[in-house]
Amino acid sequence: MSHAFPSITLRWLPVWRRNLRVWRKLSGPALIGNFGEPLLYLLALGYGLGGFIGAVNGLPYIVFLASGIVCASAMNTASFEGLYSAYTRMAVQNTWGGMLATPLSIDDIVLGEILWAGTKSLISSIPILLVAALLGVVHDVSALGVLPVVFIVGVCFGAMALVVTALAKSYDFFIYYFTLVITPLFLVSGVFFPLDGMPDAVRIGAQLLPLAHAVDVVRPLMTGQPLPSLTLLYLIVPLLYAAGAFWLATVLFRRRLIS
Amino acid sequence: MRHDPKTLHDLVVEAHGLTKRYGAQTVVDNLDLSVRRGECFGLLGPNGAGKTTTLRMLMGATLPSAGELNVLGYTIPQQARQMHLRLGVVPQQDNLDPDFTVMENLSTYASYFGLRGAALDARITELLAFANLEAKAHAGIGTLSGGMKRRLTLARALINDPDLLILDEPTTGLDPQARQLIWQRLRTLLVQGKSLILTTHYMEEAERLCDRLVILDSGRILVSGSPADLVQQHIEPHVVEIHGRGMEEWFNSIGQQFVQRSEYAGETLFCYLADERPLLDALRHCPELHFMHRRANLEDVFIKLTGKELRE
Repeated sequence: MSHAFPSITLRWLPVWRRNLRVWRKLSGPALIGNFGEPLLYLLALGYGLGGFIGAVNGLPYIVFLASGIVCASAMNTASFEGLYSAYTRMAVQNTWGGMLATPLSIDDIVLGEILWAGTKSLISSIPILLVAALLGVVHDVSALGVLPVVFIVGVCFGAMALVVTALAKSYDFFIYYFTLVITPLFLVSGVFFPLDGMPDAVRIGAQLLPLAHAVDVVRPLMTGQPLPSLTLLYLIVPLLYAAGAFWLATVLFRRRLIS
Repeated sequence: MRHDPKTLHDLVVEAHGLTKRYGAQTVVDNLDLSVRRGECFGLLGPNGAGKTTTLRMLMGATLPSAGELNVLGYTIPQQARQMHLRLGVVPQQDNLDPDFTVMENLSTYASYFGLRGAALDARITELLAFANLEAKAHAGIGTLSGGMKRRLTLARALINDPDLLILDEPTTGLDPQARQLIWQRLRTLLVQGKSLILTTHYMEEAERLCDRLVILDSGRILVSGSPADLVQQHIEPHVVEIHGRGMEEWFNSIGQQFVQRSEYAGETLFCYLADERPLLDALRHCPELHFMHRRANLEDVFIKLTGKELRE
């Protein structure tokens, strides 16, 4: 029973709605945190560094960068949510303990948290897209196709973060995950520079990781270039990561909270 | 099934051989429990006796290592979800949502049961009155006193109109007024026909509220029964506590003959007696000795059974 794949029902909804309700109360600082930093990266690197670099893959650097920043910000937002915020709800506020005294189960809570992480990525990507559009670095309305991709990225990284949270003894543990997983992904997934010039090992390795594919899909959507022919296949990679992490996180939380 | 349906119906909890082991350590050891519908049942015991683990197993929050467990007619842990629809829980540790107001805490918790709409609004109004929190409906949790938070936690546990309420140390840390109010509310719930299971470290709380109780130690039941029966069965009816200079010599030469049983706790001597009068008469001739006479209570039983040394 404890290794069974989580049962999927609509009972994730009250968990998700509770988090949305809290977010609506605290949305000011949350929004600034979620899109302020990526925006600074976009402006400083896009214009500052872009002036030296000129064009990348035939695009002005800021145009190239904007699509990477949207994906990286989705990854960061969902990771923070699945690590710090979820840990607070689990171990500090005992919110999950309260939920477990009701008809909700661990499976419902984990699914609700994962979908919430995806939602937060979605919410924080909207102002970035808007600003990018105002700066004129978005090609046309097909950029709205970015939103479902951002949601998938959020779900994937939210689920992965919950695996780490299930193992964490304190907040300090998360530093390992950020330094060893999130930051390297940030650097080798085609956010700041194309992977073409990288050694084969890095290039192929990156293709096995969840962020690079999202960038490959988001970039053409935002810049008006043709989509890769295997678009949907590309998104299977982050979705597989999400499903695996969902299962693993649920098993680990069952062991931690119910044994 | 080895019980006829009628008895089963009258019991809200039935446990046979309930056991919880963590590695080599047995925390709950072969426990048999039955809680009747409409009664207040107490789980008492020193720290580490297995009270909280037992409660967690009843709630389906900890998986038993062995034994059979039935709560409200459901097999636990397999049918825990259905059982939770009929159960209310007041946890030991406060877990109210700090970002929500009093009312939002109630409505959010209700959503976990799938409750919504006009019936829920009416229920929340009713519970705010029950918890004396009408004036605080829109206040943040940070502005509430300890007693108010406990009352809100109690109101929250009642949101689904449960048949059985589990309370883990419901009045720990509260001032006397706040405790009195919680006790009143728990009695109201008993009058309404709800069943209560509570743990407490306050013997007078158990004596006041519980119809029946068990005293646990090292995961086993030492005794069970009503508070009055336990006091009657396990301890002499009178207690005289004596301290003061020369007490020991006086007791060895004079006092001892009047006393059935006695025990030292630091500088104080506890004397347990069937008839207190001869000892009190003798003590009145010793102005240097301080003494206090009282009826024996549940705390005396508890100390007699679990010993005087600290459990930490």
